[in-house]
Formats: sequence, C-alpha cells, structure tokens
Amino acid sequence: MSKWSVYLTRHYDDLLEALLEHLQITAVTLLLSLIIASALTIMAIYSKKTGEILVHIFSVLYSVPSLAMFAFLIPVTGLGKTTAVIVLVVYNQYLLLRNFISGLYGVDPAVVEAAEGLGMRRMQVLCQIRIPLAKKALFTGIQLAVVSTIGIATIAAMINAGGLGTILFDGLRTLNVIKIVIGSILSAGLALGINAIFQVAEKRM
Amino acid sequence: MSATITFSNVSKQFPGTSYYAVERLSFSVEEGEFVTILGSSGCGKTTLLKMINRLYEPDEGSIFLFGEDTAKIDVVRLRRGIGYVIQQTGLFPHMSIAENVATVPKLLKWDKERIQNRVRELLELVKLDPDEFQGRYPSQLSGGQQQRVGLARALAVEPEVMLMDEPFGAVDAITRTGLQDELLSLHRGLGKTFLLVTHDIHEAFKLGTRVMIMNEGKISQFDTPESIIRQPADEFTAALIRSAKEQEKMWEGYI
Repeated sequence: MSKWSVYLTRHYDDLLEALLEHLQITAVTLLLSLIIASALTIMAIYSKKTGEILVHIFSVLYSVPSLAMFAFLIPVTGLGKTTAVIVLVVYNQYLLLRNFISGLYGVDPAVVEAAEGLGMRRMQVLCQIRIPLAKKALFTGIQLAVVSTIGIATIAAMINAGGLGTILFDGLRTLNVIKIVIGSILSAGLALGINAIFQVAEKRM
Repeated sequence: MSATITFSNVSKQFPGTSYYAVERLSFSVEEGEFVTILGSSGCGKTTLLKMINRLYEPDEGSIFLFGEDTAKIDVVRLRRGIGYVIQQTGLFPHMSIAENVATVPKLLKWDKERIQNRVRELLELVKLDPDEFQGRYPSQLSGGQQQRVGLARALAVEPEVMLMDEPFGAVDAITRTGLQDELLSLHRGLGKTFLLVTHDIHEAFKLGTRVMIMNEGKISQFDTPESIIRQPADEFTAALIRSAKEQEKMWEGYI
C-alpha cells in the first residue's frame, strides 16, 4: 500500500496537470464541435437532403478507428493537441448531428405546421418551437459527445496530446502497474463523473 | 361584394403520385362568407386549404387574395394575415395558453400591455375564463378547450380570412355541437371570411353559407346548402345526401 501512497504524494501535481490537460482538450473539443454542429444542423433544417448526406458522411468517418484517424492526420497536422482535437471534433459531429437532426425533425409535425401557418419564419420555428421541444435529444447528443471525447482523448496521448492517457501509456511502456491502474481509474472516473453530472442535469430539465 | 379568395385554374400534384390532388380548380369566395369544404379523405380538400396560406404551392394556376396574387406576397406576411386552425390543435406544448394565444401579436412586435389585453379579450371571446386559463399549459386542457385556444390564437390579429382544417374532428359529439354553435356566432359577430374543411356532412351543411363538395380533386358542387339538397349536381353529391338521409332514418325508429 505504501508504494501507492508514495506514488500519489510524489506525483500529485503530475496527476492534477494531466487531469486539467484532459479537461482542457475536452472543453476545446466540445466548444468547436458545438459551433460546427450547430452550423451544419441549420443547413440541415433548410435542406433535409443535406442533413442526410452530412449524417452519412460523418457516420463513415465515425467508423474509422481513432488510432488510424490520428495516423492519417499526423503527416498534415503533426503530433500533438491540434491533431487530437481535429479528430475528436470530427467524431463528435456524428454524435451531435445525428441527435440534433433527428431531435429537431422529431418534433410533432402538427405543432410545426401550426407555427409555420401562423407566419413564423424558419429560424423562428427553429428557435422558438423546435429547439425547446427537442431539448432532451439535443442534450443527449451533447452528453454522448462529451463522454466519448473523454474516452478517445485518452488514446490521443499516444500522439503526444497529453492528458490522462500519458499516465496510462507511460505505465504500459514501463510495465508500471501503479501508473496503469491510476491512469485507468482517473480516465474512467472522469468519464463516469461527468456522465453522472449530465444525468443529474437532465433530470432537472 | 368583392371576392376575398379567387382560385384560377389551380392544380397540384404531389411528387411520386400519378393523380392530381386538386385539378384545375376555379372558384371565388366572397367577403364574409362561411364556406365549408366537404369530401372524403384524399379528395383534395386539405390541399386546397393549405394552398391558400401557401403551406403547399400550386403547380399550375393562381390564387388571389383580395385581388392580389398570393404567389407574389411575402409568404410570412401572407400567413400572419390569415388565421389558421388545425385538427390536432398544434398548440405549442411548452408555452402557456396566454403565450400560445399571443404568438402572432408577438411576431408582429406588439407592446406587452396591448398583447395582455388582447389575450384576455380573445379568451373571453372563445368562452374561456382568462384568469383561470391563461397560465395553464395545453396538456392541462380538454380537447374542446384546446380547440378554443387554437381558435383564439388564430383570431389574434383579426385576420380577414380564417382557414380551419377539421377543427372539431378530434372532439366528442356534444362538445363539437357546442363549438359549432359558437363558431357560427363568432362568424356572425366578426363578419370575416371563414373556410372550414370537414368530412362530416352535417357539420358542412350546418355551418356553411355555401358548401363545396369535393371528389377526387375536383369540385362536384359549390352552392348553398339548400340548393345542393334540392338539386344535387352529380351522382356523387346525390349519393352523399342519400347516405346522410339514411343515417337520419336510423334515429327515427326510436322516437
């Protein structure tokens, strides 16, 4: 047991730094993902076909394993956080778009027809009717994206993106059980913890 | 009298179908009329109605509102000037009754006080106590009450034309009769032009100053209820009236 406590006290700041770095990657990814997904969703609202095509494209990209995707991008954007964030944003587009578009189109057609028939513009229907009525689906999309980002960002440590994955992969490379266990617990714990926060927030909606 | 709505050779065919939803319709509705459009499902009556506020666009022909080609009017401006009521009420479930009724005044950016006063006035008009109902949500209302709110919402900015698509299709028979009577007195009081789509022959003949009978995308007859009953123009109309009379007979045996 002493080995563990020695490690924890000695590397306390390393762990904290890795955790913060992980959260930073997640936050930047989420912000960019949401901006892009919102723009694409608005395009999809104006043209259903565009929406279908976008979801299809991102579903294909989503099925590419993350390591392969990182490898593709390394010649272009190099090792490090930039590549990691790009890949994570691309993955998120599938999760976000699929939930956003199906949620917004899933709103009762009679309600949408009434809104249009009363003379709401398309953006007014979107902001005043579709978004408030689809907020559960929108929220689910964001929740999935955040949890998946936390998970895949761990793997991004392989391309020097930093974060909790560095501890885990250091441990694997040096066969250091303490690092492997602590790295795993921290990254899984972060995903579970954030997920739990989302679930509490969802219940309040 | 001047024509409020004029259809001139209007046809509409939906993509992927081999027949016209409505075919070369030409007719006029005068100001202040209450026109009921009667037909079975798929006859084109809803298509006809939705082309007036351009929820559907005609493939051929033109529709005029007070002499102006609706295709040339900004669609949003056109719709804000036309009241629209649908069967499933289409009330916004996340908004209170007051907010629902205030939809169009808000779009037109009326000031708060004017909106509040108008909402009270409208709820009273459709026989709902404003103090009791304006804070409630649609799900807390019965079907008949929801339909009243839908009516109040459509009447909010005193549109010259009201379009109603089977507004009482989903309410029980007793409530429906009451709502029909109130709709008649509303029409008399407001003097606006009403168009109501229904598949219920009794409703069509009870409410309409003129009844339009539609069959397979065409108008079988468009006349006063009395003229239609006396002189059905074709076999379809005659059969419709016969079937209504037969239904009546069922009750006679019990009196």
